Amino acid sequence: MSIRETATEAYREALPVVVLSAAGGLFSGVVLGEMEAELAAVPGLLLLVPALLATRGNVYGSLGARLASALHQGLIEPRLDLDDDRTRAAVAAAMANGILISCFAGVVGFALLSVLAREHASLVTLLGIALIAGAVSGLLLTVAVVVVVFLGYRRGLNPDTLAGPVVTTTGDVIGVATLLAAARIVLALGGG
Amino acid sequence: MTRWTVRGIIADTLPVLVVLTIVELGSGLVLDTFQETLLQYPSLLVLVPITIGMAGNLGSIMASRLSTATHLGLLSFEPTDETLLANALATVGLAATLFPVVGAGAWGVQSLVGQTVLPVATVVVIATLCGGILALLAVVVTITTTYVAFRAGADPDDVVLPVVTNSCDVLGVLVLFGVVRLLV
Repeated sequence: MSIRETATEAYREALPVVVLSAAGGLFSGVVLGEMEAELAAVPGLLLLVPALLATRGNVYGSLGARLASALHQGLIEPRLDLDDDRTRAAVAAAMANGILISCFAGVVGFALLSVLAREHASLVTLLGIALIAGAVSGLLLTVAVVVVVFLGYRRGLNPDTLAGPVVTTTGDVIGVATLLAAARIVLALGGG
Repeated sequence: MTRWTVRGIIADTLPVLVVLTIVELGSGLVLDTFQETLLQYPSLLVLVPITIGMAGNLGSIMASRLSTATHLGLLSFEPTDETLLANALATVGLAATLFPVVGAGAWGVQSLVGQTVLPVATVVVIATLCGGILALLAVVVTITTTYVAFRAGADPDDVVLPVVTNSCDVLGVLVLFGVVRLLV
């Protein structure tokens, strides 16, 4: 095959996934745009955005990859009940990781802003937002990943190629939406 | 051997997550630096998640194609290698066709839900320039990481994806910052 043919093939293969994730990215951008007031009210919240969004991909993307490999190896069954010890362990570990790492981001983000003497909200506010957003998005993304990987596998689709795009697209959307919800909850409770 | 206890999985994955989170907080610091500009021009705020995510997506698609080619022994890492050139070309092509649409889309949806301050042409130029620079950077990062992993005897599937997506995230913020500084 010539370079041109190979390049065209690679372009065509990637285009649907990239368009889908662009649509997801645009949607989460709109939600972030709607967050103007919260971002202004909670100085330091914007600092957490890349870390919290990446966490979703890193944690739940690896959950998807782990479940996909285990399905291929016959280590787990594609059933949605949580009787399977391995499925349960993978899901519990992913959610624990997601919550731990969100809180870590909140604390380190606060410390960074304090050390650099930049304007920042209180530790309780930033940590509270990170915790609520981490827990809620973790729950939603776990359900999304498990359902898509298991159902996809049962329909004969390769869960390896399925998990990645699902997590990147829903991860950003769910990540920003839960961040907005968490910021509103904490602000309503008197944080700032 | 993959461990299948909650404690085992956390012990295997949490250290990497901590490192990646610190890197991401670094790019958050850059966002924090130009927060005022972003809040002043909401259509730029709309571009933030997509600029961060898209470079990582383009890089990870190219990375998994290169990994597969490496596994199959189809990749030579010569500057004249056809698989390498073709994939680089496809990545730049995807960015060149998508980012102008993304810029127009960001401006369009923002004008529907709120008000826009910047003219549509400026937002399209910003998105296109960001996309072009990011595609080139994603190509360089992906080829370098795949080559280093290949040379070190590591399975590129395990190492390359997290490195590529997270470093592209950071580059996304830096490039957006640079382009906005230049044009706004």
